[in-house]
Amino acid sequence: MTLFGKLSWSAIPIDQPIPLITSIAIMLVILGVLAWATIKRWWPYLWREWITSVDHKRIGVMYCVLGLVMLIRGFADAIMMRTQQAAAINAPGYLPPEHYDQIFSAHGTIMIFFGAMPLVIGTMNFVIPLQLGVRDVAFPTLNSTGFWLTATGALLVNMSLLIGEFSRAGWLPYPPLSEGRYSPGVGVDYYLWAIQIAGVGTLMTGINLVTTILKMRAPGMSYLRMPMFCWTSLASNMLIVAAFPILTATLAMLTLDRYLGFHFFTNEAGGNMMMFVNLIWAWGHPEVYILILPAFGIFSEVFSTFSSKPLFGYRSMVAATLFICIVSFMVWLHHFFTMGAGADVNAAFGIATSIIAVGTGVKIYNWLFTMYRGRIRFETPMLWALGFIVTFVLGGITGVLLAVPPADFVLHNSMFLVAHFHNVIIGGVVFGVFAGLTYWFPKAFGFRLHEGWGQAAFWFSLTGFVIVFGPLYVLGLEGMTRRLQHVEVAEWTPWLLISVAGVGVMVIGMLCQIMQLIVSIRNRDQLRDPTGDPWDGRSLEWYTLSPPPYFNFAVLPDVHGEEAYWTTKRGAIERERLAPEPDYQPIHMPVNNATGFVTAFFATLIGFALIWHIWWLAILGFVGAYATFVIFAWRDREEYEIGVDELRATERERRRAREAWLGLEPSA
Amino acid sequence: MLNALTIMLTIGLPTIIAALAFAWWFRAGNAKATYDPEFVYSGRIELIVWSIPILVILFLGGVIWVGSHQLDPARPLPSKAPPLEVQVISLDWKWLFIYPTQGVASVNELIIPAGVPVHFSITSASVMNVFFVPRMGSMIYAMHGMQTDLNLRADHPGAFYGQSAQFSGDGFSDMNFTVRSLPPPLFAAWAARTRSSGPSLDAKAYLQLSRQSENVKPYTYRAVAPGLFQALISGRLPPGPGPQTGRNGPDVSPVTPGGQE
Repeated sequence: MTLFGKLSWSAIPIDQPIPLITSIAIMLVILGVLAWATIKRWWPYLWREWITSVDHKRIGVMYCVLGLVMLIRGFADAIMMRTQQAAAINAPGYLPPEHYDQIFSAHGTIMIFFGAMPLVIGTMNFVIPLQLGVRDVAFPTLNSTGFWLTATGALLVNMSLLIGEFSRAGWLPYPPLSEGRYSPGVGVDYYLWAIQIAGVGTLMTGINLVTTILKMRAPGMSYLRMPMFCWTSLASNMLIVAAFPILTATLAMLTLDRYLGFHFFTNEAGGNMMMFVNLIWAWGHPEVYILILPAFGIFSEVFSTFSSKPLFGYRSMVAATLFICIVSFMVWLHHFFTMGAGADVNAAFGIATSIIAVGTGVKIYNWLFTMYRGRIRFETPMLWALGFIVTFVLGGITGVLLAVPPADFVLHNSMFLVAHFHNVIIGGVVFGVFAGLTYWFPKAFGFRLHEGWGQAAFWFSLTGFVIVFGPLYVLGLEGMTRRLQHVEVAEWTPWLLISVAGVGVMVIGMLCQIMQLIVSIRNRDQLRDPTGDPWDGRSLEWYTLSPPPYFNFAVLPDVHGEEAYWTTKRGAIERERLAPEPDYQPIHMPVNNATGFVTAFFATLIGFALIWHIWWLAILGFVGAYATFVIFAWRDREEYEIGVDELRATERERRRAREAWLGLEPSA
Repeated sequence: MLNALTIMLTIGLPTIIAALAFAWWFRAGNAKATYDPEFVYSGRIELIVWSIPILVILFLGGVIWVGSHQLDPARPLPSKAPPLEVQVISLDWKWLFIYPTQGVASVNELIIPAGVPVHFSITSASVMNVFFVPRMGSMIYAMHGMQTDLNLRADHPGAFYGQSAQFSGDGFSDMNFTVRSLPPPLFAAWAARTRSSGPSLDAKAYLQLSRQSENVKPYTYRAVAPGLFQALISGRLPPGPGPQTGRNGPDVSPVTPGGQE
């Protein structure tokens, strides 16, 4: 036992140029950003307004930034995987197995936990309180803590690039491969602690958002008047609350196996690896719906807004959402039909799986009828939504196909499966998030994203996506299995080469997105949204200014009907004036505090120390984290008052903007 | 599977076409299209919208139930000839095929008689793998301490590509094998020839074989210690030892030296 556990200078991969150069480049970028912020003297501002912020909008934006950065990291892994397979046909390629295995493990882990999850949670965080017509989430400091713990997880995964190694056991570490006997290195430990810490953060956010939706809605907003996005978010967060403890417990058991010689999933002493597979998918399948349900909500908002019509069959959509939410817990075995279960069990789970398609099918038809007799505007969010319908129906068809056990017996773990889940996750979640980001960007920052670059990004992404994953379906039907570091079957060559060409097109799509952001920021004055309602919206987030004041609403709006803001807007247009100015009452907002950031700092220490067996540092981290909690619990001041004057000024600004936008007579 | 694909395409393709058609016809610039923002609910449409998927799934559910039972991999194939018994053990990172009746074994090459059903008993000496010969049909997991069953038949003589379909570590990509399906007399001749030469697989040779090695060229054993497969499942033989060396020690970043043992 040494002072630094297993850690020594030789943990840095001096002999492996790819991770070494990449991590040095990343560090230079980070140092550059830090230096720039120092030179510009941004630190006090960043600390006050962002790092310690408990404002749900700021936290939502930070989640999305984290998600986008990690999306790029995961995309870089994907580029390496596709090029490696294209280069390694009867050849070793440029990535040795021990490196390639880390890349596909990191790709899956990062894309799900640190790309898709933060983007989805960030969108929910930003939008839900605005749509509900309230000023914040139920537990603002918990919200900040949840975000920073997720960031800790992302940091640990990226640290593994330079110090030690990442897991080589896949994005779900199936034992016994992930047990100490077959993976004695630190890679699986990086995975375990990164996911455990981030998972706690996700669970906190889930609890927070469920409470917010159930307990904090504007006056008059009954459950059946909530926007569809709030309904799907409620379903998604209930799934988080129900499913994430399973993940935590399962990974904790694997941790006990690895650290303390337990035998939950080992080969010896009565361990059973099938238990792990069952448990991880009891979380893993609901996780799929945790990601896709909010995307369904985004599409519902987009279809309705850009068709200038209310959502068709609203109550039917609510029913379909809850149906999916419940059935998603009853299908996990379809991830391992081929593990030797009997025909009865396989058939039961196959049928349960295809039953989910009923809920999804209903949703697709309701979106169709939302467009029917609408007046459709093809702006970027609507393009993503239409692209989603096309790709998602195809992904759904291949999904139902995989749910048929005899078909799965020849397609399980094949490239067909890889193509299927990318088809639904990219076509569903990623397109949904891009639609949502474009749709709500003006609300967050007060100016729109550039339309031309956005449309270019859509077309390149869609085309690239088809070219990448179409061939993978064919490869799967030809029997190619996933995760091969090199291939020895000549017939697969053309498809692998087409697929890698598609990656190039997707890269162009990504560059268009970056260009869109740059161009939009430079032209922000032309793209400014002075109205607060750039898309002729229907729900309450468009009621307030863009960007909203930190308290969202000076006076909480009164909700009449399913489309709260639309009703108010129509009323104002008919009466040719806004409702009379309300009575202002002082309000209380939570004080910013560093609890979340400091807790995450100590969580990083704990995670790093446990990975490297530096026990004293782990104890120090625990003491620090607990002390932070105690200090927070003993705080004297948790809220501050906002006076009537500030509220009146903000509200009048909003009314002026609204009157100008709707062409009404100025009232004051 | 083709049934399922046909059913799904019948319903999926019109949906995609309808989505694009609706979107195009009801574009804002089309003066001829009706705009009816009040069209937000119709009991009749909701009825259809729920019943189409439900009916499809009822139908598909029947296909799933029947298909799962008929094509259950553990179900013996209908045949007059008794099946050939083959015991399959996945090791780090090669496949061992034991022929208990013939008393021989082979590594990374599976020889079977054409037209005769084969019953595979499958287990793993270390981590999970999946035994999969795409041209022959179903796959099934290999897991330590457990036995799974698979019934396959090669209808014609030929050579087929077989592989592991579950990632099992650094040597995974080379964990493939060739299936050679021979006319039955040639299979008998192969078994007789194999019995006459090559090493013998006893407990000691097995322990050596269970160590990690990559890209192992096919070879055969002339004899196999009886009950080796059962000894592995029951735990009388130890599981594979895993990595022994590494960059900065196996407990930081294990590396397996490539090549054949």
